[in-house]
Amino acid sequence: MQKPSNEALLWMLFSVGGVIAAFLVPVHVFLFGLAFPLGWLQAPSYEHLMQLVRMPLVRIYLFLLCSVPLFHWAHRFRYTLYDGLQVKHLNEVIFTLCYGGALLGTTVAGYLLWKMA
Amino acid sequence: MNPPTAKAVPPAYTAFHPRWYRPHVSVYWWLGEWRYLRFILRELSSVFVAAFVIVTLLELRALRNGPEAYARFEHRLATPVAIALSTISFFFVLFHTITWFNLAPSAMAVRFRGKRLPDIVVAAPNYALWLVVSAAVSWLVLR
Repeated sequence: MQKPSNEALLWMLFSVGGVIAAFLVPVHVFLFGLAFPLGWLQAPSYEHLMQLVRMPLVRIYLFLLCSVPLFHWAHRFRYTLYDGLQVKHLNEVIFTLCYGGALLGTTVAGYLLWKMA
Repeated sequence: MNPPTAKAVPPAYTAFHPRWYRPHVSVYWWLGEWRYLRFILRELSSVFVAAFVIVTLLELRALRNGPEAYARFEHRLATPVAIALSTISFFFVLFHTITWFNLAPSAMAVRFRGKRLPDIVVAAPNYALWLVVSAAVSWLVLR
């Protein structure tokens, strides 16, 4: 008998993560990576950011932003290594590193946001 | 008479083993043609998505560690190397957004009065919503 596959769940995480990344990541990279450091826009104060991060809804938002897109990455990166570099023999190692990394990132995100008082 | 064995050893036919047709594909197959390269670049955009998450986690940690730690974090993001990486990241995540939205019409064939809607009509609401969401995030952060 074939082992039941997790592929459907992993594909769904990939796809939801892709949607979250498509809608939300560009504006974040633009603001925090370019507009604020380069002084195009007035960077928000520490207090303002802390005020935002203390809101439960913002924390849920940040948790989703910092977890599901990691599974998007894991899926795409895994197949890029399989197809692009043809390293199918390292299947299990790549699988473990990709999804292990995504799980680790999710845990760190959960921990940081939980402890953010 | 010998009893049938559970695992019969296959006869050694190796000398006349058929040759499979397995064309050798170079590891650099995606470098030759633009659409292949574009595919690999699209897949690699996910690396920049992951990098964004890591930077955001570092930012959250800095916020948690207090105003001085956050000031140091901001200072590090303003170094030329960080700006260069952010610029590259920005183009890759934009590439992800555009290719993702443009896939929507292929993933979902929307019909109206029996006719399939043109791709642009299916993709356009994504772009509109994207602008609204980006504006909302900017407003919350800049307020």
